[in-house]
Amino acid sequence: MSAAKIYVPRETSAVSVGADEVALEIAREAKRTNTNIQLIRNGSWGASWLEPLVEVEVDGARIAYGNVSNADVAELFAAGLVEGGDHARRLGPTMEIDYLIKQDRWTFWRCGLINPLSLEDFRLHQGFNALEKALAEGPESVLDAVAESGLRGRGGAGFPTGIKWRTVADTNAAQKYIACNADEGDSGTFSDRMLMEGDPLGLIESMAIAGFAVGASKGYIYLRSEYPLTHAILSRALDLARNNGWLGANIQDSGFDFDIELHLGAGSYVCGEETAMLESLEGKKGIVRYKPPLPAHEGLFGKPTVVNNVVTLASVPNVINLGGKRYSEMGVNRSKGTLAFQLAGNIKRGGLVEKSFGVTLRELIEDWGGGTASGRRVKAVQVGGPLGAYLTAGQLDITLDYEAFVEIGAMIGHGGIVVFDDTVDMAQQARFAMEFCAIESCGKCTPCRIGSTRGVEVIDRMIAGEDREGNYDLLVELCDTMEDASLCAMGGMTPYPVRSVLNHFAEDFASSRDKQ
Amino acid sequence: MEKANVDKETNSEIVRQFGARPELLVQILQAIVMRAGWIAEETILQLAAELNLSRADVHGVVSYYHDFRTEAPGAHIVKVCQAEACQAMGSRALTDHARSLLGTELHGTNDDVTLEPVYCLGNCACAPAVMINGKTHGRVDSGRFDELVGVMKEGA
Repeated sequence: MSAAKIYVPRETSAVSVGADEVALEIAREAKRTNTNIQLIRNGSWGASWLEPLVEVEVDGARIAYGNVSNADVAELFAAGLVEGGDHARRLGPTMEIDYLIKQDRWTFWRCGLINPLSLEDFRLHQGFNALEKALAEGPESVLDAVAESGLRGRGGAGFPTGIKWRTVADTNAAQKYIACNADEGDSGTFSDRMLMEGDPLGLIESMAIAGFAVGASKGYIYLRSEYPLTHAILSRALDLARNNGWLGANIQDSGFDFDIELHLGAGSYVCGEETAMLESLEGKKGIVRYKPPLPAHEGLFGKPTVVNNVVTLASVPNVINLGGKRYSEMGVNRSKGTLAFQLAGNIKRGGLVEKSFGVTLRELIEDWGGGTASGRRVKAVQVGGPLGAYLTAGQLDITLDYEAFVEIGAMIGHGGIVVFDDTVDMAQQARFAMEFCAIESCGKCTPCRIGSTRGVEVIDRMIAGEDREGNYDLLVELCDTMEDASLCAMGGMTPYPVRSVLNHFAEDFASSRDKQ
Repeated sequence: MEKANVDKETNSEIVRQFGARPELLVQILQAIVMRAGWIAEETILQLAAELNLSRADVHGVVSYYHDFRTEAPGAHIVKVCQAEACQAMGSRALTDHARSLLGTELHGTNDDVTLEPVYCLGNCACAPAVMINGKTHGRVDSGRFDELVGVMKEGA
């Protein structure tokens, strides 16, 4: 009998709740019981609430077992794990898990499915097909497909990718760069990480396609230092690609040269802003640049540079394989395609849900998320990271659409959705927004550098009950100044969460002191 | 304190590994911090000389990034996530618990354990999250925190 394939994710969330120990115990138990197994460390399917999620392949289908701990392993083997035997942890076929089958997995379809560090597995699942197609059809065909797809930047700004790529392609320069922004600092977001851990070769392929389309021979990945496991996986994937002729000079004898350098961040949130990231990639302080010039004209080392988020880039191979039109047919209005929403915070079924735009916040939080983890009432939902507005329980029927969010003074950003139950003190959340800005401000512009500190002080006075009305007006004025006069989104959008608290949860300023 | 002795040879070796390219200063500092835990004043001078940068250039970069400690940390580094997703799952109370268990404020060191804040470990669906000596742990309540710290100290 051939070895039974058992999958245990090697992904930060799964490992953070014991996946390594489970994998170790499975290997031990297999040895002890003389069971022939092949242990595969895959990426995560994104159902983080079920981690560690162990799968076994039976007759070509994968059977899932959820929330497995190392203490369960012996019992699982006794219950016939390798034949997909029945057990309290058994969830049934992976492909029948409701959470997964209701998604539109365009970008994350290989995550969980494949061994991320097997070139063979990657190739078996269409890996490098899009790069081969691009190399055969030429840069124009790639640029057209990306423009037709309507893909917009998934890092948060939502800028049309096709226009960005076209601008760099049309700018004459001997050297151009692809800079992949993997500095995923927004709380409530982890889609970049999951993609890099679950399908790192997919990102490498995507960057090579971008390089080919715009005429860049060098790429950089700027990865945050808080992701050490991602760094290990990505480093190995880069070696794998390089050693097999998928990176470096003359890729697969196409005449196209492209290589990638992996850089680590150093704990600065603002380095997720594209120009600060470029400064950091140049070895300097991560201080925001004035725009213009746009990075597409003068980016890294003054050369034309495509700066794209991980998920943006990783959405491209299927645009090449299946056509831009297919992608543009998903979604609503000007929000085309899918977004990897991330359900986080106080939520029963947290994880990654890739779904077409147009889904409602309520569907994500209730149908996928199952409501709060605590079982209490939802009080507030922060969408789009620390610079995103807090929405109320009454606003959950909003559809996920970039423009619809802008209309209510909110933003989708990188797709992080953080749920809070009714025990949250929103005055403290408003204070934290200002405090975080004060800690992370790069210091270049005054509204952000000084405004954030003054913001904390004003909010402290409001909480203390000092001239609440006067300080309320002062805070609104401070928010106006920061929004209108800051250089980048750090100072310019910190007012979003603050204002949303003022508008919807003002009563918490009065009650906050009592809770201290 | 023995740790204050800076291993200049190792620093030079790291600089060489990065080709002594001044544009890789952030990467070089990161490599030194991962190895030594911190950046000493003499390291700043050494790097300035070896990378042909001014002392101010190097100092500016060191002081800008949170990762670049300028004081020696303890043998163990415990980071507790302070960002929103973890706040929603009780990280403020967990931080208080960590401070009292470890006997230090954030950014402080006691009994060879350094306690630091971190703003997101990307483990937001398994909150609250902590990182101990570079490994991320999820769904950490105070009981689990005590266990993790116990295991950490045993491994010392």
